[in-house]
Amino acid sequence: MYDLLVSPFTDFAFMRRALAGCLALALGATPVGVFLLLRRMSLMGDAMSHAILPGAALGYLAFGLSLGAMTVGGIVAGLVVVLAAGVVTRASILKEDASLAAFYLLSLAAGVMIVSLRGRNLDLLHVLFGSVLALDDGSLLLIGGIATLTLFGLALLFRPLVLECFDPAFLRGVSRWSPVAHYGFLMLVVLNLVSGFHALGTLMAVGIMILPSAAARLWAHELPVLLGLAVVFAAGSGVAGLLLSFHVDVPAGPAIVLMCGLVYFASLLAAPGGLLAGRLPVRHHLES
Amino acid sequence: MHPAPPPVVRFDNLTLGYERHPAVHHLSGEIPAGALVAVIGPNGAGKSTLLKGLAGELRPLGGRIELAELPRGGLAYMPQRSEIDPGFPVSVFDVVAMGLWRELGAFGGLKRAQRQRVREALAAVGMEGFESRPIGSLSGGQLQRARFARLMLQDAPLILLDEPFAAIDSRTVDDLIRLMLGWHAEGRTILTVVHDFEQVRRYFPTCLLLAREPVAFGPTPQVLTETLLARARRLSEAFDDHAPECHREQEGIQAGGGPGGERPRGEVVPLHGHRHGHPHDHAGHRH
Repeated sequence: MYDLLVSPFTDFAFMRRALAGCLALALGATPVGVFLLLRRMSLMGDAMSHAILPGAALGYLAFGLSLGAMTVGGIVAGLVVVLAAGVVTRASILKEDASLAAFYLLSLAAGVMIVSLRGRNLDLLHVLFGSVLALDDGSLLLIGGIATLTLFGLALLFRPLVLECFDPAFLRGVSRWSPVAHYGFLMLVVLNLVSGFHALGTLMAVGIMILPSAAARLWAHELPVLLGLAVVFAAGSGVAGLLLSFHVDVPAGPAIVLMCGLVYFASLLAAPGGLLAGRLPVRHHLES
Repeated sequence: MHPAPPPVVRFDNLTLGYERHPAVHHLSGEIPAGALVAVIGPNGAGKSTLLKGLAGELRPLGGRIELAELPRGGLAYMPQRSEIDPGFPVSVFDVVAMGLWRELGAFGGLKRAQRQRVREALAAVGMEGFESRPIGSLSGGQLQRARFARLMLQDAPLILLDEPFAAIDSRTVDDLIRLMLGWHAEGRTILTVVHDFEQVRRYFPTCLLLAREPVAFGPTPQVLTETLLARARRLSEAFDDHAPECHREQEGIQAGGGPGGERPRGEVVPLHGHRHGHPHDHAGHRH
């Protein structure tokens, strides 16, 4: 048991770094995922991760495999898309999904075009699939820093953000916080996707945001419980995925996301909000 | 008698609308402090649009709305359709407590006294015991009661209610009307969109009858007459039927140098004695 669960982390430094990265992601990215889920923007996270890819690729083209350049490129590309889409959503009749789709598709197309113009064969596997088992000091600090910033940001924005999610008209009526909550949250999404792609890759980063949140939503009726449960699910899946990857020798990123998926399916079957709960025969109903 | 109270709201030749189509057309008038006004008229007469404009959610196409000095958050607006997402995991207590936003802001915690006030507001709308229920589990009438409780905590001197009594059983309507009359007695200014003329006659001293254009504004017995109501119906029907056609005619006049066509659109031009900050169509409307 010890060999199975603990010794991989005690014996190997890269596993400890990976563990630290995963736990930081669970603490930072997963709560952001909960709000994405509650705002019905789950798929938007996926779209955003595509929008970040060209920026990161540009950074890679210009400066090689440099953490700073790729991070800055990704953040800039993501923020441009998010802010442009935010302005369009708030000022035109287009809804959030439509305006975001427009800008992320443009960002993706522009990225692909720039890459092909340079005509170089890119080794973008790092960006696509991440490298949680090879996190260097810089990446680890970045992931930890973004997780810390996210927790502070969410604490600061919590009440306006909750209101912006469930009754935006009321928030607009009583205060000027509505745009702050909206854009602030979208910036947190971008930051966490960038942090996620270092560990899990752009394609997988959304997995650890949305899957634990969806699983937790099936169990929880209160927001604090929902947030806590989602973080626990994400952290557990992270540990389990790393161990799976270590023992069976499969890539860590997909292993972690698949573990999140396992929690999700288990919740679908067992949770009160899941598939079975409403379909089982009710033996005794309540008096009132 | 007191001297006439100062107006809380002044409409100055106000035109509100969407994509340059007017929905409220050249409305002028004053609403004195403490008035309880029923905004009535056929569907599509611009009642909701007027409230939206007052709440600042819609920019006037022309004219102005002048609001008296109100404290921040001093205008409480309850839209017709609740935008509350019923799937959001939040309790009735938390939703109602947000009525205290003006006191709490984004960070303030609820003090014991404030918690008590939230519970009192819930009790006042007949919702004791619902504190920890998720907001999505409420029925339509219960949700409306909760929205009234939140409104009560907002403690606003100017209250805008858009069809608050629609699709609700009579007992709930009676309770909510009693609350509204209580706010009126406290000296708040209230504009309510209502469709039930019986309610209007019984509870609202003042009436604003809209049919895109203001038809009448004054004491309810003088506004709720068969002649004026028939006129409102005719106006709004005529408008709906002929709007597209007249729109094209208007374009032709603008281009062909007819009345008002000499000057380019978009300029501030004195037209028939009123000023237009923005161009808008005059379809179906004669000056």
